[in-house]
Amino acid sequence: MSEQLTGAQSLIRALETVGVDTVFGIPGGAVLPAYDPLLDSSQIRHILVRHEQGAGHAAQGYAAASGKVGVCMATSGPGATNLVTPLADAHMDSVPIVAITGQVASAAIGSDAFQEADIRGITMPITKHSYLVTDPAEIPRTIAEAFHIASTGRPGPVLVDIAKDALQAFTEYDYPESVSLPGYRPTTRPHAKQVREAAKLIVEARRPVLYVGGGVIRAQAWQELRVLVDMAQIPVVTTLMARGALPDSHPLHRGMPGMHGSVAAVGSLQRADLIVSLGARFDDRVTGKLSSFAPDAKVIHADIDPAEISKNRVADVPIVGDCREVIADLVVALQAEHGAGHKGDYAAWRDWTGGLGQRYPLGYETPGDGSLAPQYVIERIGALTGPDATYCAGVGQHQMWASQFIKYEHATKWINSGGLGTMGFAVPSAMGAKVARPDEVVWAIDGDGCFQMTNQELATCAIERIPIKVAVINNSSLGMVRQWQTLFYNGRYSNTDLHSTRIPDFAKLAEAYGCVGLRCDKADEVDDTIKQALEIDDAPVVIDFAVHRDAMVWPMVPAGTSNDDIQIARDMAPEFDEDDL
Amino acid sequence: MSTHTLSVLVENTPGVLARVSSLFSRRGFNIDSLAVGPTEIPEISRMTIVVNVESNSLEQVTKQLNKLVNVLKIVEMDSSTAVERELVLVKVKADASTRGQVLETVQLFRAKVVDVAPDAVTIEATGNPDKLAAMLRVLEPFGIRELVQSGMVAVARGGRSITDRSLRSLTSAG
Repeated sequence: MSEQLTGAQSLIRALETVGVDTVFGIPGGAVLPAYDPLLDSSQIRHILVRHEQGAGHAAQGYAAASGKVGVCMATSGPGATNLVTPLADAHMDSVPIVAITGQVASAAIGSDAFQEADIRGITMPITKHSYLVTDPAEIPRTIAEAFHIASTGRPGPVLVDIAKDALQAFTEYDYPESVSLPGYRPTTRPHAKQVREAAKLIVEARRPVLYVGGGVIRAQAWQELRVLVDMAQIPVVTTLMARGALPDSHPLHRGMPGMHGSVAAVGSLQRADLIVSLGARFDDRVTGKLSSFAPDAKVIHADIDPAEISKNRVADVPIVGDCREVIADLVVALQAEHGAGHKGDYAAWRDWTGGLGQRYPLGYETPGDGSLAPQYVIERIGALTGPDATYCAGVGQHQMWASQFIKYEHATKWINSGGLGTMGFAVPSAMGAKVARPDEVVWAIDGDGCFQMTNQELATCAIERIPIKVAVINNSSLGMVRQWQTLFYNGRYSNTDLHSTRIPDFAKLAEAYGCVGLRCDKADEVDDTIKQALEIDDAPVVIDFAVHRDAMVWPMVPAGTSNDDIQIARDMAPEFDEDDL
Repeated sequence: MSTHTLSVLVENTPGVLARVSSLFSRRGFNIDSLAVGPTEIPEISRMTIVVNVESNSLEQVTKQLNKLVNVLKIVEMDSSTAVERELVLVKVKADASTRGQVLETVQLFRAKVVDVAPDAVTIEATGNPDKLAAMLRVLEPFGIRELVQSGMVAVARGGRSITDRSLRSLTSAG
């Protein structure tokens, strides 16, 4: 007779078997049984967070930094519903996480029992898949499936909700040798004919652009991408989710496209006659008004998720497959075309797109009143810390500046909430990233609005010895919303003033949480403050940078307008000089 | 916009109907009718979903449905090569003076009377949606007191089965 275990022991053993080393979570009534055997696991480090949302974002940061599946754990009801935002975030940005939640005992399900919420139902539209387990014998198989689904194909979040009685009951541990999911068979190998067709279009094109999205990061395809770029000699844009997929210093890199993209990136896409989309999804923040996006371009669209292809922009050559395999095959197919004497001539196009970058570089104004430019602070953090560090961001102006003014040379060093746009993402995701990369500097570039949504995890960081560095870009307001009020609501600042230079005192708050708190509000002190923070490696550091509140993110394509209407500053449009094309 | 009939094979697991129907509402697709029931394989249920969408949206519907882990297979039924049936139960006012006319209609449409009361008859009819609509038009002047209608079910003509391969994959997996 095989060994009898409780469902909870079975769960922890299954997590160990699948290779979990870190779980972020908080116990509670329904999940209590699972926490008992967790105490005995020498393999799994449980990091006790202060809010379940923090656990979820930490699991995302951990996953993005490690390339493994992130794990978070919570109890039923409110514990589980607090995971909703991270699950939705992970779903939008294709982050592989598994959320394990306790559920009330199976007999009580549906009775509105204490701390009961139908979390499987709630999370159906925001997870890749979700389970409710009431039979303890099903626990190992469910865990195996959940990790398989989360990490393969287009990665994403999977929820495993386990009834309390299933955790308590005795069962036999039976971990499956292989996972069998007849309805889940992601296509990873691209179709050879489609790849050849793509190569043909590429060599025939005059103005091609490689439009690189987060899929290249998730597929760990940056080396293949580099080979493709160097061989094809085609200008590249990297989306918000793909910053670092190609080094910013690469001569063919034209920057980030989209609402706050560079003129060179936006202009390249608009004037392209061929867009080669690699793991990108033609998001509205990239295309602007869809009907006027890249009007002359044919589209090669490679994605592992067939539903993304032709969802927003119809593809001329659809390629379903893993980006790494697609790009590798594309390199071979292009070599064949080159070998047959077919080679694209893009020299004029490279010059034109490169010229846009030279004429309209990213930049910012230094405030005349001696106050601190937020862009300068972020630029200096990047310059002094270097490209080997990991940078996590919240959402808003500081996020855009962090993507613009930090120079990314390596993939996976930039972690942010792109699709869902979750304020408060920075601190917990940095915590998760730091756990995955204990030997690297991990910055949370945060805003004062974002920081106040999740800063309770500083306590976790201090106690668990996770020495992240937090730069609060404090403009005392919900900066991006304020920017829109400036531009589109006649400067009527309805409810965007947070008064964060008065309340709270971020440095004191940091100290209260057992972190080092620093302040800086002068340009000539920025470097020293950053260096001081970089020298501290035994405690989390929070720097309150009091910055100019009227700074705005430029360039900008106002929502719903054409990318052709990109502005480099208020009421200032670039000149594209299309005669040169 | 045009009407399409999808036969969707799904794993017979709890919550699968909710997954499918919530996907339609979330993505903004309208379901005209939906019928779900078991198949010859106990582990597999079959949904027949009638949607009214543009053809490019139909592609999105199918792709999104395919992403559901419990969805095994989707086949679009071609109404010219498929048998499509709905079932209606309709309670029609019929007293001694009108009952004869009502029964005549029942015969014309090869429907069945399943219950008779002094003031009404209940009629069961199956057929394709056009036939049933025609019958209801004829019955309407008598006074329809209650109407219940099933979603459409459909099966392709010929000897081939859409469950064959799904069955193989399930049994080989098991």
